[in-house]
Amino acid sequence: MFHWLEKNPFFFAVGVFLVIAYAGIVTILPDFMESARPVTGTKPYTVLELAGRHVYIKDSCNACHSQLIRPFKSETDRYGMYSLSGEYAYDRPFLWGSKRTGPDLMRVGNYRTTDWHEYHMLDPISVVPGSIMPAYKHMFKNNADIETAYAEALTVKKVFNVPYDQADMPQLGTYDESKKAVMEQAAAIVADMKSTEVKEAFKRGEIKEIVALIAYLNSLK
Amino acid sequence: MQAKDALNYDYSVAKCFTYAAILFGIVGMLIGVVIAYQMAFPELNYLAGEYGTYSRLRPLHTSGVIFGFLLSGIFATWYYVGQRVLKVSMAESPFLMIVGKLHFWLYMILMTIAVVNLFMGIGTSKEYAELEWPLDILVVVVWVLWGFSIFGLVGIRREKTLYISMWYYIATFLGVAMLYLFNNMEVPTYFVAGMGKWYHSVSMYAGSNDAMVQWWYGHNAVAFVFTVPIIAMIYYFLPKESGQPVFSYKLSLLSFWGLMFVYLWAGGHHLIYSTVPDWVQTMGSIFSIVLILPSWGSAINMLLTMKGQWGQLKENPLVKFMVFASTFYMLSTLEGPIQSIKSVNALAHFTDWIPGHVHDGTLGWVGFMTMAALYHMAPRMYKRELYSKKLMESQFWIQTTGIVMYFSSMWIAGITQGMMWRATDQFGNLAYSFIDTVTVLIPYYALRATGGLLYLIGFFMFTYNMYKTMTASKAIESEPQNASPMAA
Repeated sequence: MFHWLEKNPFFFAVGVFLVIAYAGIVTILPDFMESARPVTGTKPYTVLELAGRHVYIKDSCNACHSQLIRPFKSETDRYGMYSLSGEYAYDRPFLWGSKRTGPDLMRVGNYRTTDWHEYHMLDPISVVPGSIMPAYKHMFKNNADIETAYAEALTVKKVFNVPYDQADMPQLGTYDESKKAVMEQAAAIVADMKSTEVKEAFKRGEIKEIVALIAYLNSLK
Repeated sequence: MQAKDALNYDYSVAKCFTYAAILFGIVGMLIGVVIAYQMAFPELNYLAGEYGTYSRLRPLHTSGVIFGFLLSGIFATWYYVGQRVLKVSMAESPFLMIVGKLHFWLYMILMTIAVVNLFMGIGTSKEYAELEWPLDILVVVVWVLWGFSIFGLVGIRREKTLYISMWYYIATFLGVAMLYLFNNMEVPTYFVAGMGKWYHSVSMYAGSNDAMVQWWYGHNAVAFVFTVPIIAMIYYFLPKESGQPVFSYKLSLLSFWGLMFVYLWAGGHHLIYSTVPDWVQTMGSIFSIVLILPSWGSAINMLLTMKGQWGQLKENPLVKFMVFASTFYMLSTLEGPIQSIKSVNALAHFTDWIPGHVHDGTLGWVGFMTMAALYHMAPRMYKRELYSKKLMESQFWIQTTGIVMYFSSMWIAGITQGMMWRATDQFGNLAYSFIDTVTVLIPYYALRATGGLLYLIGFFMFTYNMYKTMTASKAIESEPQNASPMAA
């Protein structure tokens, strides 16, 4: 049988493909719908938080920090309630990470504050002696990309029916309306920060990456 | 196989990819050594401002070695092995020559843009699939060109039966095509919303589903880039270099189809104790154990090919590289399944034991086999003997020392870290704060980085040896049958 197959590249290739494709179908499809369902109370990210999430991705925070609390006492003691599938329903992409060089951040919003993050990103050792995390000073210089974040929110609303603009959910509206909400959320964070650079820029209407990132980190609960 | 027959194989594309493999090998491994030292000495994060932090460089290291060094190595060996096992020269078909060259140049353009993008932080965050949609499309084009090359050459072949290596090259092509397409399904946001960055996209899958698709991809990128094509190489180069016939056809058959069927199920072992369904985790765990069978099948087949010929290890460093590679393949494919057992995974997941495992596979198995293959090809492509056997011997021992330092330090680091995370005092409170579990690892990080540095030094020795072989070595008149000629 196999001698025959080895002389027929076409059927050989079809055979290989069937054998390798099979597992993906059986493991991924059956629970696809159920895994996509949100837990009650889970909300999509606001535009500012989404912009912060983009900063998180841009600087690969997920290379060292996980966002997945496993159901062990040692983990729930350290990081809080273990993760539920539905809590990730609006995470595109997922950011579980595969390595904990630094601690898990799934619920970091519960126990860290805006000013803690500000000090930490400027100089990690100042708040965590012995830390091997690099400082991210450029986040205080670069502007956050609000337009792309809005574009992404609008895209997931239109394409995947993510419940923006519904009762008790983040409101998108037009870009201008959205920009207003972003500025409001950012103002609260900037008020808690010390950096004059960030404050000055905000007065000019600029939102630095660090502001968006902190909005995102504070939303992780 | 009859030598000195009329066929003149065309190695122009194989040579191009050989240069690319050396270039990206240096870049990828150098960045790897830098980020490894950054973990021990954090001040090294500030050498290049925003573009030099660990987090920016890490995707460059992984993509650089996987898709730069290794993929080039795979393509180089394909453009060499393909012609020979199919008994047809690429030069017989002008079309295939054009496809081959286009394949190379598009690949180089793609890699150049990818490097720039990753430095800038443009990416999707998915491990080993970081590129944004415009580059994803270019990847598909490059891959399809490779497909044309494979099936084009198969179409005009003289040897009707496909040799074992061909099975594995075809499987690499199909496997990566399927995985890459489904994992990179994304919606470009600009075309829906009409604003923002044009190259930005959002994943088609969310949360647990996204994780499942990603690790179905991520794990099997390991399968179809780190394993399948390397087996293609060893099935050709070890018998050829040693002059020994493959030990068992039946074993190669069993291992091939076994590997094809089992590997794809094992992705779930990256998601044990996560929020994907329990049965998926259990399946991932069980199939990872089953995976020992086909993996060891190939490795044992290769070791038994050397039966009664172990003396060659003393005489021929290339055989030594390859035998060592299959031994490391066995180690790595035993270690992986052990880490997939749920209770072990609870300890090992998220720790340094995982990169340790990855690197004994990649440095020992993948790196050694690829370099041995390129060494074997050089005298045949450049019609010169290999420049220095002595250099090759020292390279072997320096790199082997590097690998052992790497994985032993990471084993200790990983298990220490895992134990400290879960340690409690007599009242049941956590015994250590997180930072305690970081600072304790710094000596091991330094040791690991130095192991990596030794491997990189060995790679420079390989580069020098190859360069001298191409330019300054003694010419040979006829193609060597088996053992590659080398100057002392």
